[in-house]
Amino acid sequence: MDDLDKARISRRDFLKSLGLGAAAAAAASLLPETTALAAEAPAGPTWGMLIDLTRCTGCNSCALACKEANGLPQIPGKVPAALEADTYTFVEAFQVANLRGEIVTRYVKRQCMHCLEAACVSACPAAAMHSSGEGPVIYRASRCLGCRYCEVACPFAIPRFNWDNSITPTINKCWMCYERLKEGEEPACVAACPTGAIRFGRRDDLLAQAHARIASHPDRYVDHVFGESEVGGTSVLYLSDVPFDRLGFPANLPLVAPPKQTEKILYKLPYVIFGMAAFMTGTALYTHRKPAVAVPVEADAATDAPDKEE
Amino acid sequence: MGEIVAYPAFWIVAALSIGIPVAFLVGARFLALRLAGRSQGAATAAAERIVITVPRVRSPWKVLRDLALIGVMATGTAIILVRFMFGLGAVTNLSDRFALGFWIGFDVMSGVALAAGGFVMAATVHIFRIRRFEPLVRPAILTAFLGYLLVIAALLVDLGRPYNVWRPLVHWQYHSVLWEVGICVATYTVVLFVEFLPVILERVNQIEAVTRRLPTVPLYRWLKKVSIVFIILGVVLSTLHQSSLGSLWVIVPQKLHPLWYSLYLPVFFWLSAVAVGFAMTIVESNLSSRAFKRGLEQHLLAELGQIASVVLAVYLAARFVDITARGAWPRAFEPTLQAATFWVEMALGVIAPMILFAVPSLRRNPKVLYGAAWLVVLFGVALNRLNVSWLGLLSYTGNIYSPSWMELVVTVTLLGFGVLAFYLAAKYLPVFPEEGAHETH
Repeated sequence: MDDLDKARISRRDFLKSLGLGAAAAAAASLLPETTALAAEAPAGPTWGMLIDLTRCTGCNSCALACKEANGLPQIPGKVPAALEADTYTFVEAFQVANLRGEIVTRYVKRQCMHCLEAACVSACPAAAMHSSGEGPVIYRASRCLGCRYCEVACPFAIPRFNWDNSITPTINKCWMCYERLKEGEEPACVAACPTGAIRFGRRDDLLAQAHARIASHPDRYVDHVFGESEVGGTSVLYLSDVPFDRLGFPANLPLVAPPKQTEKILYKLPYVIFGMAAFMTGTALYTHRKPAVAVPVEADAATDAPDKEE
Repeated sequence: MGEIVAYPAFWIVAALSIGIPVAFLVGARFLALRLAGRSQGAATAAAERIVITVPRVRSPWKVLRDLALIGVMATGTAIILVRFMFGLGAVTNLSDRFALGFWIGFDVMSGVALAAGGFVMAATVHIFRIRRFEPLVRPAILTAFLGYLLVIAALLVDLGRPYNVWRPLVHWQYHSVLWEVGICVATYTVVLFVEFLPVILERVNQIEAVTRRLPTVPLYRWLKKVSIVFIILGVVLSTLHQSSLGSLWVIVPQKLHPLWYSLYLPVFFWLSAVAVGFAMTIVESNLSSRAFKRGLEQHLLAELGQIASVVLAVYLAARFVDITARGAWPRAFEPTLQAATFWVEMALGVIAPMILFAVPSLRRNPKVLYGAAWLVVLFGVALNRLNVSWLGLLSYTGNIYSPSWMELVVTVTLLGFGVLAFYLAAKYLPVFPEEGAHETH
């Protein structure tokens, strides 16, 4: 992170040193300062989910309810074992040492984290990945090019592509049952959870709840709400009694949303456009000026050039 | 198999995959013969030359080589067909954990970089007005134009839903690097066509039947007048997307190896594109000199090498300062694939050609110059783009992707079509200056 910060501070100087002059800066200042962003963090309160891993019994009700609610194919008698194009969520089991050194079994429900400033949304060239502004990050197949850059961008390796579909593959991932949300219902997985391990609500409230649980049971929980600040914050939050890196959560995540980095570069582009255009036009005007003296030497050299060929 | 044959799409794609190359060859040949019949004056002389050069004795080695090439290209066309019948999973080694592979890493990322000669040479001659390089501009623009068509072709094969490729033009996504790349590549391909159009018109305007019916002569004059606008536009667009191909990977800070991950990736991509623009012009001049048995503007190429050495030095310094500032040097001395491939890239692709280009006695040797240019193309740029988009990611993802033989054959096939198109265009259009002829402007 320190490296990133340092690099960012000096980028302005670096670009200036590329020879983009004051004229470019003046021209660029005519442009609107920032553009309204689909990838920007939503302003108002947003929906979220709080998953308390200490309360999860690994019953898989959530995964099966998800299949049901989203009309995804099921194999009778089998529970989903990985995220697939037709599996938006599954429960992963771990045999791990908890804080006291005891070996325990823990179950982790995996699904899209619904980042507040999602890398996939920022990456998508056609707004197929779209931040609903209410928490859920949704996918609109009709706009999708199938470029799969969202899969590269996602810090949690969530999106799944139909590799065997010839010309109508889609990107597939949890959409927090956005349709149900709009009808005032909870997501299917939350409604199906028999132990209350998954809570649905406003992200602010859930965050407060999470910290309250940690405060009331400091001996039980790891003092960390996963998703509170990872990659700029996610709508899905986790509480655990086992350190998160032992449960397959990515450890080296930046706390700044990845889109912030690329957007900073993208917002330099007006300067590059005007700087380059001004520099090239200026040079062309200078080199194409009417010569003060009758015959330029350069032209003679050019006419002679083909004769030098072997 | 029966199921597939039932798809109307099968027959359409099959007809196209065979029809396009055939129509291409037949059409070019037909056009050439027609031109030979209809044209007058200088064109008749040119046409006679074409007719004379056609019946030549072919060595068995060359026949074998051509047959092998045709075999590979037919296989590649069939693989593209299979991809559109059974999906990307059927022909590529791609997976959800490694979703962009060789077609993006090489065909698109290197393809765009290697087509940089178009904007670099156009700027050198028409903006900086170093006019002795003028004979090199048209072939460079042709290489660039065909290069971008190949990039688009590869992209259409790689996209899951290629019929939606136009959507970025409609749904403006200022925050998406890929959107910006898409817009620039689309626009710049059109600009390159406009830059190349005068070459086509020079030949077309010799056909009276056309000039009588269509305003191609005024169009030619108008294009000549406004060409500088398109050249400046081309430089701006190239700067934008050449650099943004680097920005594409800024969104994966935790995935890309620190020897490459930098917020200055766009600057490095742009600098290396400029360097390879010159190097690629040297390579392409040598190749076409062999193919068309024409003289080589050796002193001009040596000068290009000299300029390239300066650009390479700036690029090298920038990379080293960046790695030092991020404290990533220890990672270059670990026993990893990434460290090894980093040094191959820097030593063979940047440092070696920089020295070879810089020493006057070395760059005056045509073979050394040609070899050094190839080093920049292969290791300085192609390997660099593969390092960023493929090898540099493996340290995070694990060794889960390498291109399948089918991905490689498709790449070779597309390249083959590109080389063939260049050969035909250069043969039948005034791409190269007439040897010993006067300059026209």
